[in-house]
Amino acid sequence: GLPRLAFALGRADNFWFFSFMQGSKLEVPLWLAKGLHDSKRRIISVELPKIYKEAWRTVFSADANVVDLHKMGPYYYGFGSQLLNFDNPENPEIAQTILQTFISRFRRIMDSSQNAYNEDTSALVARLDELERALFRAGQKGLNDFQCWEKGQASQITASSLVQNYGKRKFTDVDC
Amino acid sequence: YVYRTSHICPVLQAEGLRQALEEMRTLYDRNQADVSEAKSGRTDLIFLIRFRHCCLLRNQRCILAYLYDRLLRIRALRWEYGSVLPNTIQFHMSAEEVEWFSRYKKSLATYMRSVGGEEGLDLTQDIKPPKSLYIEVRCLRDYGEFEIDDGTTILLKKNSQHFLPRWKCEQLIRQGVLEHILS
Repeated sequence: GLPRLAFALGRADNFWFFSFMQGSKLEVPLWLAKGLHDSKRRIISVELPKIYKEAWRTVFSADANVVDLHKMGPYYYGFGSQLLNFDNPENPEIAQTILQTFISRFRRIMDSSQNAYNEDTSALVARLDELERALFRAGQKGLNDFQCWEKGQASQITASSLVQNYGKRKFTDVDC
Repeated sequence: YVYRTSHICPVLQAEGLRQALEEMRTLYDRNQADVSEAKSGRTDLIFLIRFRHCCLLRNQRCILAYLYDRLLRIRALRWEYGSVLPNTIQFHMSAEEVEWFSRYKKSLATYMRSVGGEEGLDLTQDIKPPKSLYIEVRCLRDYGEFEIDDGTTILLKKNSQHFLPRWKCEQLIRQGVLEHILS
């Protein structure tokens, strides 16, 4: 087995100690698992989080729209894509599920982001993963910008967000 | 330029950066020592060396992402606010960032002078397509005297309203001195 290892990690005044024996299980951050993973020399093997395993994949393929991806994620797509780095034999199925999930959910997200008067919007957004939320926001912004243009406000010069956020404080300008 | 939802530049987390760099120094030194040992036979250390290397790269990525994000915000300030930054924001920036802003400004000015013929072209003007040459503005705070092209000066007092050339007002509106009123 591997010898006892101790190393400095984290704050300079704080030490974490790990001891490894072959076959031991650990929870590590994704970036560390990616760094340690080696296709040729099997240093680590990665266990799939349950949401990417077969049981949940079946749920997704039945109806992806009902799943609360925020609770399950909140980075279902991003994290799932990263999981494909670990040469898991189920990778083709995982990739397919992630893709199909996105396809089946996207239509509803796009439609409701274009409709500012949809009462169900916040309930929908609550169940979106972060990627979907970003898309939803982009849709809303497009809608708002269009309405602004329709009202003839598109040419209005606005204060920079710097000013809006700092309020009425008086600035002393400095040349740099 | 990159348009971000928030152009604010918060205070540089110098202490956090220092700690991250110190951590990297520690990891690097220990790896240096262990690599020589590994070369002289202790192959069991290879995993540990690899681990530390992952941590080093991670810290590097985090630091670079942080500094780069700040640079993008600072760059956006030139476009959104103007070429002269308020004191309060400058205090949030490191000396290197202030220097970077100054050089970016010069670079942009040189470029703008080189396009659009003799006078150059101010690309930071008319970010939104203008509808008219003159616009109605209201003064949001006491500013003082303001000279317009034909030599006349007007007094910008809080709540006063004026009908002014758009190109003269744009920067003051962005800086919160004036408000663009739509008729």
